[in-house]
Amino acid sequence: MGSNMAEAHPVGFQWVMEAKEKGATVIHVDPRFTRTSALCDLHVPLRAGSDICFLGGVVNYIFEHDLVFRDYVAPYTNASFIVNEDFTDTEDLDGLFSGWDERRTGYDRSSWQYEHEGEGGTLAEPSTREHATGHSCGASGPRLEGGSGPIRRDPTLEHPRCVYQLLKRHFARYRPEMVAEVCGTPVEQFLKVCAAWTSASGRERTAAVVYAVGWTQHTSGAQLIRTAAIIQLLLGNIGRPGGGIMAMRGHASIQGSTDIPTLFNLLPGYLPMPTAETGSDLATYLAAVKADRQKGFWRLADAYMVSLLKEYFGERASAENDFGFDWLPRTSGDHGTYRSVMDMVDGKVSGYFLLGQNPAVGSAHGRLQRLGLANLDWLVVRDLTMIESATFFGDAPEIATGEIVPSRCKTEVFFFPAAAHTEKEGSFTQTQRMLQWRDKAVAPKGDQRSELWFFYHLGRKIKALVADSGDERDEPLRALWWDYAVVGDEPQAEDVLRRINGYDERSGRLLDGYVELKADGTTSCGCWIYSGVFAGGINQAARRTPGSAKDPYALAWGWVWPANRRILYNRAAADPDGRPWSQAKACVWWDEERGEWIGHDVPDFEKSKAPSYVAPPDAVGPDALSGDDPFIMQADGKGWLMAPNGLEDGPFPTHYEPHESPVANALYAQQANPTRRVYPRPDNPSNPAPSEGHREVFPFVLTTARLTEHHTAGAMSRTLPYLSELQPALCVEVSPELARLRDLEHLGWAHVITSRAAIEARVVVTDRMAPLVVQREVVHQVWMPYHFGARGLVTGDAVNDLFGVALDPNVFIQETKAATCDIRPGRRPRGPQLSELLARYRARAGISSETGTARDATPPGGGRDGEQEA
Amino acid sequence: MGTRGWLESWPVWRQLSGADPLGRGVAAESPRQRAIRPRTADADRVVHSVCPYCAVGCAQNVYVKDGEVIQIEGNPDSPISRGRLCPKGSASKQLVTGPQREQKVRYRAPYSSEWTDLDLDVAMDMVAERVLAARDKGWQNHDEHGRPLRRTMGIASLGGATLDNEENYLIKKLFTALGAIQIENQARI
Repeated sequence: MGSNMAEAHPVGFQWVMEAKEKGATVIHVDPRFTRTSALCDLHVPLRAGSDICFLGGVVNYIFEHDLVFRDYVAPYTNASFIVNEDFTDTEDLDGLFSGWDERRTGYDRSSWQYEHEGEGGTLAEPSTREHATGHSCGASGPRLEGGSGPIRRDPTLEHPRCVYQLLKRHFARYRPEMVAEVCGTPVEQFLKVCAAWTSASGRERTAAVVYAVGWTQHTSGAQLIRTAAIIQLLLGNIGRPGGGIMAMRGHASIQGSTDIPTLFNLLPGYLPMPTAETGSDLATYLAAVKADRQKGFWRLADAYMVSLLKEYFGERASAENDFGFDWLPRTSGDHGTYRSVMDMVDGKVSGYFLLGQNPAVGSAHGRLQRLGLANLDWLVVRDLTMIESATFFGDAPEIATGEIVPSRCKTEVFFFPAAAHTEKEGSFTQTQRMLQWRDKAVAPKGDQRSELWFFYHLGRKIKALVADSGDERDEPLRALWWDYAVVGDEPQAEDVLRRINGYDERSGRLLDGYVELKADGTTSCGCWIYSGVFAGGINQAARRTPGSAKDPYALAWGWVWPANRRILYNRAAADPDGRPWSQAKACVWWDEERGEWIGHDVPDFEKSKAPSYVAPPDAVGPDALSGDDPFIMQADGKGWLMAPNGLEDGPFPTHYEPHESPVANALYAQQANPTRRVYPRPDNPSNPAPSEGHREVFPFVLTTARLTEHHTAGAMSRTLPYLSELQPALCVEVSPELARLRDLEHLGWAHVITSRAAIEARVVVTDRMAPLVVQREVVHQVWMPYHFGARGLVTGDAVNDLFGVALDPNVFIQETKAATCDIRPGRRPRGPQLSELLARYRARAGISSETGTARDATPPGGGRDGEQEA
Repeated sequence: MGTRGWLESWPVWRQLSGADPLGRGVAAESPRQRAIRPRTADADRVVHSVCPYCAVGCAQNVYVKDGEVIQIEGNPDSPISRGRLCPKGSASKQLVTGPQREQKVRYRAPYSSEWTDLDLDVAMDMVAERVLAARDKGWQNHDEHGRPLRRTMGIASLGGATLDNEENYLIKKLFTALGAIQIENQARI
């Protein structure tokens, strides 16, 4: 679901086909019938953006038919934990959870917490603290005070306030008929998915879920993926071979750039950036990352953080100066890319670097992006080729409309040609966390340089400029350790990777893994989860031993973080006694004689901790993990069916309509995710919600995806003859029914319109985009690939211009997989006529800045009764 | 050419007498086909690499001759890709050797409609100076409650998902020391 794997990740898809040949059932749930669908056993359509309802329906089916894998769920998840009696579900508050604060449109999470045995009961989290927000948790289990304490449990799973019962009740109305009404998926087809999915569960069988940006690019994206995680936990499909939830990521090292982040909210290894609130000193910061009384390896965050500071500041970092913590900048809320672009438009940002990225085409709301670029003091673009984000001053669509005038555009643009992947050495981290080293094949030409070269020398020059400034502000730059090995003038990537791996500062020895890290300043490490990539002094990412029958996981090919473990949480691949659930699904198991975990994979568990081990009640951190706590990063050691912390929009996933939807929410009065981030401003209009009327102006659902032959914003594909020939033009796919409704001609021109933009494309009339019946009405969906732009061998309008900026509240990713639109035959108007067309549409739909941005849509007082009285 | 040579030059004879009774292989080869050798055979070196497009991580063999990339193919040893590449990966020789690649630093002055050339080192110095100026322009020492911020809102960056781990590491490290926090990449998108 949310992935067209055969087309977007074709080489990975060979394994799906191989599984199918071995008897696996492969199902594709997608609004559009794609080449993936054509190769599957079953294609099941749904309306774009309705996935939580669909998956919630599967959860409901599991409970209704008593298909929970209890032997797994009871010991390994938080199903048996009892929740605070103040917790109130969306069922009772018509789409909101308890703790809703209308004033700040967010939740106080104290009522979502577990109950504890003995005095004190609930250890409530002061959740209004900014540091507890979802975006600061990265991939880690969030902080949870009391996670290692005596949490009140009911192993029979009968207590009405245990997570198991709360979950069951939460999804009780997500019945097949409701799924059909909301998603447009026929009941019979939905039941086929349920039957197949739930049959791949238990000791002998597993099921895997594959998703991509079809799930993440929604205003409830994080919760969408959580719904899949709940299903997989209920079926016992996490931490086991053939199980899991696989993200098909779209860039060669997008995983690496998340682990070693170029992201505003994170430091390397998912340590959060300090915030204004947590940033007064190192101890305050660490107290926000980890609770005192919690289980798991995040409890050791002090060792990870101090080792990072030792890498950053070398000898200048010491216990006396808090290891240089005070030199770090502090965040305060949203500093995501969309916020920054609006600040560019508003004149608050002076300089912008674009490093192999083309937001004028690839980011939502292209017009906003380009207006931001046109209002900078300076812009640095580093890329292989000239891209639209560098040439906007000459070829942006806003030149034609008069919104950008070159002679009045002050932005100074520097274009630096980049070295290609064959012209530098370094490591990529692919989508399953595997680091693979590339050797350098040839030297780059002319001024082409690696980013390593650029940033190393930029740093060197900046350090020289501030060396004698005397300004306290420059102290972190002067303290910055920047003595990486250089050959000629090229910094050595392997030396950087060694520093990322980390050293014992006393002996100068490369560390073998993160368990060696210390909080006393005697170790340095640039990214704790990558520690071990240079274990034994060897570049493990450069290993190239193929797999074999004896080594099915190819453990000597590349290196997978953490500690070369291929399946995360694989302790769960064995039963509570440490035996494989079945021989067919054996992965790691407890060897009683040797007294350690062994198996095909590297065990993701303390090697000599027996399955029967019971941690002492006062233990914390890894010591508090018992032998049946497979989820070693979680603060309570368990898989979370309910998330008491870490999410902005609720402890359970809930179906909300997309920010722009043609239909009202059939399940709750609350229309869209109440915590989604909206930016009501004249340059970021939203199409109206159904309750605001004018549904007829933008009656259709718009969604986008990739083509096999093009790559994201097109700089690496629209410029190549082979690929351009294979996919020469932008197209829009519509059903025969929609083509008749709007007089669209196959291979003729059409233009697609939203309140932001109108763009044109060739029409493909196809059964692949079948209309769906949603709430007894026909909903038409429109599909477009988003790779085209003004430059290259093949050109076309930028599809992302159609979308506005509305974000998931946890991760600040934009909703570009579901919006509303109109489509009309013929080409779009040019120049001022284009602006006039859009103005007419906005007027017809009654659009103001505030349109579509209401967040709390429940009746005053909340609850069903309130609605009835109203 | 003797009789035997004449006979053996005749495909039907080879098909009937040789190991290719269906006439789909060696029996149907022409002398020119027989002489064709893959361009990879002439390579000076084969270099291990990884495809730069999506995140599957297919292994590539880069064939180099006289300091130039002459071919890029899938590496059959890879447990991920087993030697296969998709259309994009298969086109990656064009990606790295094609004429679309820029080789010179280009500069667009404010209010201009043109690009001009700029020396690389001069450009680096200009960027270094502008970074410090933008940093000062957007500097925030404290928030409204007097809590330290020690940051600049004057600089933003986008990109990293197509870059190496080592590169992302230096980017984040340098920007953090500068106090620049608006550092983002495709993972947010």
